[in-house]
Amino acid sequence: MALKSKGFPNRLGIWGWLGGGRWGAERYLYTLHRLTGLGLLAYFLLHIVVTSARAFSDAAWSRAMSQVSGPFFKFGEYLVFLAFCFHAINGIRLGLVELGIAVGKPIEPVYPYRTSVDVQRPLALAALATAFVLAVIGTISMWSD
Amino acid sequence: MSTKFENITYRIRRFDPERDRTPNWEEYRVPYTAGMTVLEGLWKVKELHSPTLAWRSSCRMGVCGSCGMLINGKPRLACNTQIAELDSDTVVVAPLPNFDIIRDLVPELKPMFASHQELMPYVVREDVEEREHPTNEFFQSAHELEHYLQFTYCIKCGCCMAACPTVATDALYSGPMPLGQAHRYNSDTRDGGFAARKAILGGEAGPWRCHYAGECSRACPKGVDPAKAIQLMKRELVIDYLRLRKTKCPAKVAEKPTEVKRREGIPDAPPRTV
Amino acid sequence: MMRDQKLWAWHLIAGAVILIFLGVHMLTMHMEGVIKIQSLNPASVGHVDKAKIPQAGDRTSDEGDIHPIDWANVRARGVRTLYMTGYIVLLGAALFHGLYGLRNILFELNPAVWLKKTLSALLLLLGLGLFVYGAWAAVMARAVARAWKM
Repeated sequence: MALKSKGFPNRLGIWGWLGGGRWGAERYLYTLHRLTGLGLLAYFLLHIVVTSARAFSDAAWSRAMSQVSGPFFKFGEYLVFLAFCFHAINGIRLGLVELGIAVGKPIEPVYPYRTSVDVQRPLALAALATAFVLAVIGTISMWSD
Repeated sequence: MSTKFENITYRIRRFDPERDRTPNWEEYRVPYTAGMTVLEGLWKVKELHSPTLAWRSSCRMGVCGSCGMLINGKPRLACNTQIAELDSDTVVVAPLPNFDIIRDLVPELKPMFASHQELMPYVVREDVEEREHPTNEFFQSAHELEHYLQFTYCIKCGCCMAACPTVATDALYSGPMPLGQAHRYNSDTRDGGFAARKAILGGEAGPWRCHYAGECSRACPKGVDPAKAIQLMKRELVIDYLRLRKTKCPAKVAEKPTEVKRREGIPDAPPRTV
Repeated sequence: MMRDQKLWAWHLIAGAVILIFLGVHMLTMHMEGVIKIQSLNPASVGHVDKAKIPQAGDRTSDEGDIHPIDWANVRARGVRTLYMTGYIVLLGAALFHGLYGLRNILFELNPAVWLKKTLSALLLLLGLGLFVYGAWAAVMARAVARAWKM
């Protein structure tokens, strides 16, 4: 598989993840899914440590929460919520697609080709719309205090 | 008859391993004729400007898969791409990305073919005697054919590999073409090689690094839809892991009909000449 | 070491589990302004003497309602075994899902074989360590909640 070749190296590297110059929508959903996943993971690892304060006492909990109650943290939590909305709903779409449910059946290809990308496009749009609605609910809820 | 353009500028990524340390861009101007494809333009460049320009091409009708290149930012077949459809008087041609460059527009495709070969892209059966000395055809219904027919149209051009974001970084990932073809054989009812292919597909070379960016299916010039093949294959492999997959025997040899009576008045077939 | 076929299947299962449990967590924490469910934030509804409840953050006790992260609500949830179990399940699923995702991203960058093995071991240790710590915290939190008197 990893055959040695003597040619000039020409892999796109991470630029290939970011689009490589092409503009397929699903490719950008994939990139965004990765970015939100990394953001959620970073937040989550810290979250475990911060929320463990409730295991010690109510005073420890209140102290921990005061430390993360500033505007920077509040905005960060809001971004985490938005990331969750996108990552979760797009994750449902990816689960359906990657288990072969939403990609359609094999067909006889007749030009112009209707690929699985076209078949799952309504699902992608519905997923984005749902994520948007959830984000709006969360925005109203979080910023209406 | 007036044509869309009078002249076209070709901006080509050149690389001669004996002369150059890195690839560089060169520009050439060629006259445009109506209906001209990118491949025809390359022949014009070679004829009028640079006889040393190197690329692969053969059938010039989109069936051999030799002329895959990066044309105006997208991996396409040069023979299948009309200059008029690019909507620009500049045609930017580079070798397919994600493959090493041998020279000019010639990519090193051996790693892709090696991955392809490892996944056994042929019917694997236990009855070797029948395969070596066939007595009759294997039975397969039209419905069973539909399950994999789309994936047989692959011409191994490498455009999907150039478009894939995972192939852009990961050298161990097999890529859309080998995986699509592995699924083509796994879903062929004549084949019994699922277990043998699973040994490779279950690991890092398998479809697990595909995250459905869908670019391979968008780039494919034959409508093979490798993205669909890979997702269908993931489904089969997960079902297999959960031990819910029904093992099917490969298709049997079709039996000659025994209860058929010849209608009266129909002559015998002429004797075989071979 | 589990092969990718198995790890990926569990990645998907963990994702489905997180969807449910984290969905409830988000409803509890961030959507309470619009969708109020009493069993998620028991102390936010009904009569609670705000002056006696430790307030999270820098709000004083007579400013507005009890918030989801105030001790009253944290205690009301933490005292229940159902919540404790739910948090532990969410912790395990999210650690597996997230760290496997990170492992995928790092492995796609083509590290050397020895680095892959090291990364796998480190991520496994990190995941197990945080799971043990988080599960301990959930169990202790229930004990603290039960012992707490207003």
